[in-house]
Amino acid sequence: MKLFMATETHIASAAKNAEDTVQCWSCDTLFPAGSHFCPHCFKVQKPVAADYFSFFGLPRKLNLDGSTLEKEFYRLSRKLHPDLFVRATPQEQEWSLETSSRLNDAYRTLKDSIARTQYLLSLEGVQLEEQSKAATDRARQTGEEKKQVVPPDLLEEVFELNMQLQELRMSAEKDPEVIAQLETAKKNFETRLQGLHFELKKLWDAWDQAINRGVPSDDPERLQVRNQMVDLLNRRSYIRNLVRDVNEALQN
Amino acid sequence: MAEERDIIVGIDLGTTNSLVAYMGDSTPVVIPGEDGSNLLPSVVALNPDGKDFTVGNAARKYLIETPERAVYSIKRLMGRGLEDVQDELKLFPFRLSENLKPGEVLRIKLGDKEFTPPEISALILRQLKRNAERYFGAPVTKAVITVPAYFNDAQRQATKDAGRIAGLEVLRLVNEPTAASLAYGLDKKKEGIVAVYDLGGGTFDISILKLHEGIFEVIATNGDTHLGGDDIDNLLITIALDDIAGDMKLDLRRNAEAVQAIRKAVIEAKIDLSAREKTTINVELPGNKKYLREITRTQFEQLIEPIVQRTAGPCRQALADAKLTAEQIDEVVLVGGSTRIPRVRMLVEDLFKRPPHTEVNPDEVVALGAAVQANILAGGSKATEEMLLLDVTPLSLGIEALGGVVAKIIHRNSTVPASATEHFTTGVEGQTNVAIHVLQGERELAKDCRSLARFDLKGIPPMPAGLPRIEVKFLIDANGILHVSAREQRSGKESEVEVKPTYGLTDEQVEKMILDSFDYAEEDFRQRQIVEARNEAETILLALEKGRRNPAWNQLSETERKDIASAEAELKQIKGGEDYRLMRDSIEKLNHVTMRLADLMMSSAVGSALKGKDMQDLDAEGPTAPHPIAPAEIEN
Repeated sequence: MKLFMATETHIASAAKNAEDTVQCWSCDTLFPAGSHFCPHCFKVQKPVAADYFSFFGLPRKLNLDGSTLEKEFYRLSRKLHPDLFVRATPQEQEWSLETSSRLNDAYRTLKDSIARTQYLLSLEGVQLEEQSKAATDRARQTGEEKKQVVPPDLLEEVFELNMQLQELRMSAEKDPEVIAQLETAKKNFETRLQGLHFELKKLWDAWDQAINRGVPSDDPERLQVRNQMVDLLNRRSYIRNLVRDVNEALQN
Repeated sequence: MAEERDIIVGIDLGTTNSLVAYMGDSTPVVIPGEDGSNLLPSVVALNPDGKDFTVGNAARKYLIETPERAVYSIKRLMGRGLEDVQDELKLFPFRLSENLKPGEVLRIKLGDKEFTPPEISALILRQLKRNAERYFGAPVTKAVITVPAYFNDAQRQATKDAGRIAGLEVLRLVNEPTAASLAYGLDKKKEGIVAVYDLGGGTFDISILKLHEGIFEVIATNGDTHLGGDDIDNLLITIALDDIAGDMKLDLRRNAEAVQAIRKAVIEAKIDLSAREKTTINVELPGNKKYLREITRTQFEQLIEPIVQRTAGPCRQALADAKLTAEQIDEVVLVGGSTRIPRVRMLVEDLFKRPPHTEVNPDEVVALGAAVQANILAGGSKATEEMLLLDVTPLSLGIEALGGVVAKIIHRNSTVPASATEHFTTGVEGQTNVAIHVLQGERELAKDCRSLARFDLKGIPPMPAGLPRIEVKFLIDANGILHVSAREQRSGKESEVEVKPTYGLTDEQVEKMILDSFDYAEEDFRQRQIVEARNEAETILLALEKGRRNPAWNQLSETERKDIASAEAELKQIKGGEDYRLMRDSIEKLNHVTMRLADLMMSSAVGSALKGKDMQDLDAEGPTAPHPIAPAEIEN
């Protein structure tokens, strides 16, 4: 463990984004804000306060080409990785460490379709906490009721599933019929998850179209797509928890 | 004029053997020792004179002749605490110091001297450093050192500390399988998905990497830092001891020399069985007796099956984390001496559905890879100019939350450097400190994870409960080591972060351990510590005498004066003894109870600028550094 010597290079507050140009600390060239490197002398610059999409120079769209993203990730890694700054000034070392960690965090988030969607929704001001595993576990620990949103069309199935799980847990002998029922239920949910995946893709297309048209963030259509994605992710999370519960019960 | 390039070497600090290697412009080479051998056994012995050390091959005879003054496999104790090593102690002849407390850095005894594991490792590193300096005819002060991929933060920090103590600036810690892939990839100009199966003396790692246009990207890694050839040896030793007890009615378990002799013999037999179908374990026992036992490869394989099987789980987990099937792996590379065992190779072939590559030298490839990385850091050469390593953190990082649950903030297999930002607040009005407990591991409950450190965020401006918004930034660097910084957002004030590493050495402790460039034998380290501690004790006691005559003394409460008197009496008693650690503890205690007195004396004399100094500083003539044991203070 080491103390990280905090200096004024902590991520700049939002106010800095108002500036359009930045001056290179090394060669004094002026260049537009948002660049990781000086376009003239190529020295690494102070870390840029940017969301993950901006970091890669991407618009906030949900369809993303994985291999293009990977190429850009490799390209930026080759310039930002701390290994390349071992003989540079301590300031540059600090900046490259910070910016490369941002790069990795951004890549990891944007690369995964669900993480990307969740991230974009969080940028739009949405919280997806309730369904998270952490919330589930916290609730388990404290014995409290978790803030649960049961998708209405699943109510009956969930009720039945809980009965079956209860039965399995209570009985000393594992009734093969109940086990078979649980296996079927699990397959059922997994098929549902696949269906959700396709639905999500459609919502992505709708979202991207809205962005292409330059629709403002309070536009009702845009908000509707946003809310639908939130619903979908919550459902997905809920169903995944169910699958997990069934797996756990079947293993024991 | 050409830029003078510092020599950066690559070091494999292994459980059983250590190596140093260097890469110039073309291929990496291992630097041999004076005896011409590429491998330096990781064995350290304290010489009969009690001052010098022997490291390596020459130390092995001490293991048998004077086992209480020698140690092997010290890597097993690096970065670990008393609770962790109870199992090791049953199987390894580590002699731990008597008065160890939980959470403290371990100390082992060689003869009647005590050393922490980083200090022992430093002796091995120092030998390698000397070998390199002899080879170059020039000083060598910079190195890349390898660690098992599955090493946690404390184990990594301990390795870095060992480097510092040995006089080496550790520019990077590289994970062993990743290093091996560098040496392998350099050689073959590979592209594709490679799995590295690394079974060494004490640790097991499995890493899955993607090689593409010179980029070595680790996708997933898993392992067991408690599993290796040593476990196979111990199994055979136990069987031999049982045999001897049964057949010859001799219980040699407590006979250290005999156990070491048996160990040497079973290791030879184990190695023999990799080439032959049967062999004989042949040991000279005390009292001119001989133990002879034939053992076939089949019997051997049956015996070691549970150990070998333990590598299967991590392999499957790594594949799952990488979201790959065995068929999607292009190549499997074997690293580590224990992969010479035919049964191990069969298991690897079964798991990955293809025969593994065995043409790399499993003993040397990690050191060679470290040299390649050193070359990249030094500015690269034609061979490495396109190469870049992207490694991952092997364990999830979490914070202990209400109810003893762990909230994961950085997930395992995240590419490093990686960061996470969390926000904290206070629970009580006017609270100025917040405590955070950071852990590593995959379990849901804090008690099942490994405690990494506890932080105190200090200097939070007093506010109503729940109002402060403290932003804490967690950053895992390219070495896999955690850094923390904190800022209270409403006031914009940087919080002081006091780190209490679990099982770690503080910077001050490491500073004190740094070996001089001239021979260790010329200083009696412990004597110097005693003298220094006594001097500090005298200083603070003298300052206290002055303090008693100062009017500020009367401003203290009855309790305060009693506490001071009792701490003073304790220190007076302890300083005459030989235990410098107890002395330092006692000095710290007296410092603590006299803090307010020091403050009062200062404010009455000079004013607020000197607030915060303690008793020792007040007595000194000019500006002094704070006492080495006091927590680091960041000035505002």
